[in-house]
Amino acid sequence: MPDYKGYSGGSLRLLQDNGISVGDQVRIAADGEYSGIVMPRYEHSDGSHVTIKLENGYNVGLAVSRISSIRKTDMPSMTHAEEAPAEKRAGLPKVLLLSTGGTIASRVDYRTGAVTPVLTAEQLNASVPELASIAEIDARMLFSEYSENMTPANWLRIAEEIAGEADSEYAGVIVAHGTDTMHYTSSFLSFALAGFPRPIVMVGAQRSSDRASSDAALNIIGAARLAARCSQPGVYVAMHQDSNDGAIACHAGTRVRKNHTSRRDAFETIGGKPAFVVTGESIMRNMQGGYYQTEGFWPRIRLDERVALVKYHPGYDPAWVDRMTDGKYRGIIFEGTGLGHVGNTMYDAIGRAAESGIFLGMTSQCIRGRVRMTVYESGRDLLDLGITPLDDMIPEVALVKAMWAAGCTRDAESMRGVMLEKVASEASF
Amino acid sequence: MEFSLRDAGVRVGLEIHQQLDTGRKLFCKCAPADPEEHPVRFQRVLRASRGETGRYDAAALFEESKARTVTYLAGPGSSCLVERDEEPPHDLDPDARQLILMISCMLHSRVFEEVYPMRKTVVDGSNTSGFQRTMLVAQGGHFEVGGRRIGIQSVCLEEDAAKILDGGYGLERLGVPLAEIATEPFAAERGFTREVAQGLGRILRSTKRVRRGLGTIRQDVNVSIRDGNGVIEVKGVQQLDMLEKIVEFEAARQTGMLDVSRRIKESGWVHDAGDRINITEILAGCGSKVVARALEKGHEIWAVSFGSMAGIFGYTPYEGVRLGREVAWLAKLFGIGGIFHSDELPGYGITEADVGRIRKRLKCGTGDAFIVSAVPGGMADALLDAIVGRIESVRDDGIPADTRLATQDGQTAFLRPKPGAARMYPETDIPPLYIAPEELGEARDMAPKSWDDSVRELQELGISAQLAEQVYDSRHADLFLDTVRDTNVSPAFIASALCYTITSLERDGLDSGRLSDEMASETFGLLDSGRISKESVEIIFREIMAGKSRTVQEAIDNASLQAMDSPELRRIIGSLVEDHMDLVRSQGERAIGPLMGMAMGKLRGKASGQTINDMLSKAIRDGLE
Repeated sequence: MPDYKGYSGGSLRLLQDNGISVGDQVRIAADGEYSGIVMPRYEHSDGSHVTIKLENGYNVGLAVSRISSIRKTDMPSMTHAEEAPAEKRAGLPKVLLLSTGGTIASRVDYRTGAVTPVLTAEQLNASVPELASIAEIDARMLFSEYSENMTPANWLRIAEEIAGEADSEYAGVIVAHGTDTMHYTSSFLSFALAGFPRPIVMVGAQRSSDRASSDAALNIIGAARLAARCSQPGVYVAMHQDSNDGAIACHAGTRVRKNHTSRRDAFETIGGKPAFVVTGESIMRNMQGGYYQTEGFWPRIRLDERVALVKYHPGYDPAWVDRMTDGKYRGIIFEGTGLGHVGNTMYDAIGRAAESGIFLGMTSQCIRGRVRMTVYESGRDLLDLGITPLDDMIPEVALVKAMWAAGCTRDAESMRGVMLEKVASEASF
Repeated sequence: MEFSLRDAGVRVGLEIHQQLDTGRKLFCKCAPADPEEHPVRFQRVLRASRGETGRYDAAALFEESKARTVTYLAGPGSSCLVERDEEPPHDLDPDARQLILMISCMLHSRVFEEVYPMRKTVVDGSNTSGFQRTMLVAQGGHFEVGGRRIGIQSVCLEEDAAKILDGGYGLERLGVPLAEIATEPFAAERGFTREVAQGLGRILRSTKRVRRGLGTIRQDVNVSIRDGNGVIEVKGVQQLDMLEKIVEFEAARQTGMLDVSRRIKESGWVHDAGDRINITEILAGCGSKVVARALEKGHEIWAVSFGSMAGIFGYTPYEGVRLGREVAWLAKLFGIGGIFHSDELPGYGITEADVGRIRKRLKCGTGDAFIVSAVPGGMADALLDAIVGRIESVRDDGIPADTRLATQDGQTAFLRPKPGAARMYPETDIPPLYIAPEELGEARDMAPKSWDDSVRELQELGISAQLAEQVYDSRHADLFLDTVRDTNVSPAFIASALCYTITSLERDGLDSGRLSDEMASETFGLLDSGRISKESVEIIFREIMAGKSRTVQEAIDNASLQAMDSPELRRIIGSLVEDHMDLVRSQGERAIGPLMGMAMGKLRGKASGQTINDMLSKAIRDGLE
């Protein structure tokens, strides 16, 4: 089956008429002679150019209208180097690596620039040779999704996979994940797998691993050190502590947030220091006490997606809240202003939502600090309407916890009970 | 042995890297200016990544095997998160895009309808990302030099690399737009290579939108010889004056290496793992300072024997061309200075007796050769592998496929292995550029006048044709035009100060890099307002270029150059004549000759020669009366 990836219109016809497909070595006359390999075109490209990789390595596009001839030539044989077998050293702790997609566990097809997931422990060890001296790693690929395409169904899948390893020989579990929604997943795992007896370390990368400057290798080395050597159960997110290739901050999974679009140190622990910092061989602990507040491992891998996160702003249309009420939502988490407020235009809609048995929780869009709804009159009004203040819980964490709580309970009152019960260091109440 | 370019069939291709003057970087709006300080400092570790064939690029791997952490320094205004590799590139500089199309048109090069930004792997630390963004804009074309047509291979638009500073790489230069123009190879002839480089430089400068000054244009030169096995790229020729010397050295080196290769083959040498021996104990008490220093640092001393290779390390077919030197340079890249070979021993404090002991330990006779090197623990294998690999490569390939570096003294030194095809892949953060015929037509219409026309324009300002050419080719053309416009100083004086005076001070070993355009401009302003004399200009330039003064005012103070008012001058000259009345009486007005010499000695820079001359002759006449 010939491959014409990305080609359409005139350029597709030109290739078909000349029996040429993507990957073929060709010679093209177009106001000059060019030899190279026909490259796939990007999805959004037009149908009037042919892209080739010249012998000097550059890609260029030639207009079909200027091509007077194109013919296939003999392909110089391209040999692919053998994958070096993963080195195994006896006596090292065993660590399970689950790959879910994202920049971290992927590598680049240098011909096309496309990113493909790393599939095996061999490939992983080949790309980060230091891992072989830290742990004996088993790699499993669960799925390959960009972070933004991750759904609650994916969270359930990851949680079930990990829950099955509670009694295994693994010292810890690493979850390679896209960074954009990594803190939502870390929150869900914290609640659904509360009390899991070993560290679960989530890891991502802000710079793709095709580049020599990628943060992927150091992040995964830090994650592996924590997973192999730290016996403290919990869910952590391991990423660069600052712009240097030095320390890896391991943040508590319910207290972390992505606070920059692109920097290596985008992840920050809100209102505190990272739980652990891995620098070279050393692991420094900042976390006081344990991560989980529950007794024993009690997996509750359930959720109900009918929960909304509402960011209140001046001019917010309360009709949206009514629509959620009509749509039988189980919960609404407000990202209110300041100490936890929404405007009085919202009161009627909030009252109706509360009456129909929807759990209503309040967090702050300030991100840092806690809500205090007794300070101002509007806060007291909202308390009267039945809104539950969620202390210093991060809005996204409150949303995930509410989905999980909705999955574990039948009514607003018991959901409220779960929300106010501290499970995994998610708030300071 | 005399070396002849023609006999060796030397061909040369030039690669010119010229910074474009668009006032910003290629992928962000930071200014390409040197910051006063670098408050931001961070460290990165660069890792080689696998190329498209699943192989590591040889050059990348070599750099990584030197395993080092790179420190970067950033200052305000001249870099942002893009240069720190903390943010994706912003939109391409539209001026640089227009300029590169214009340059392509001027060189009659064929512009591609779609231009793809690519990533070229660079892991020497000079790019925070580990790659250089580059795009091939056009191929083919030509230009004329002395009646000969020189072919153009390619025109690329790319990012400049970070600049090596004390303590790390500075980000101010990283991302500055660069035009990279490569010529087709041409037969090298003494004088002509330089003309080609100059001709290409002139075409670029005629756009008036390229940066001038030290480091803003760099040449790489590709050198091959008829019997060789490929092209060797020599990077970083900063001065045009060095170009031909470097071409000749490199061609002689290649010819010489073929000779060395033949000798190694004849020797029948084959490396065996048992040829490497740790001889730290043998040299522990020897008199060599190099060895003693290395031992103090806890280094190990290793020796490798090379059977039947006596004489080959020291064999020098041409000046500076020696296998021993190739090996020493390689060691230097690993940070190792102390390496000796048997053809230069005894020496460097290693005695005949030491040599005897080493030979005995290595089981080598007088027909065999050996090398000795001090290496930090744990690095011996990497270094010795590299050295043995290099000698094997000379044996098997003749001329190893290197990328080389031009040295200060006009030679070339191994820099890294030649990068392979695994080096380039698409920059997915930036969409391809579509070059419509209309855009290309506009760029073509904007192409400037030829060099001849521009020189004629300068001549019309009142300077000779020769001086006009020199101004045009110097880095001071813009400063010249500005000064002519802003002051009443004679254009011929400005031109000669900028071309001859500065060049002659450079020949005295002074650094013109210390003299900024602003300083030169300030000096001409002071001259224009009569606060200094013409003679003072050279003195100020000398003070600054010698590093003795950091500002024009400091130079004036240090050299006591403040122009004197007339009564003060008259008083000094009057007393000079009075002190030498005998001379005046005996020689009459001819006494002005010797007295002028004395007066200038006292008053240089404080008044013009003409003024002193006038006052002196008046004082003599007065004295005689």
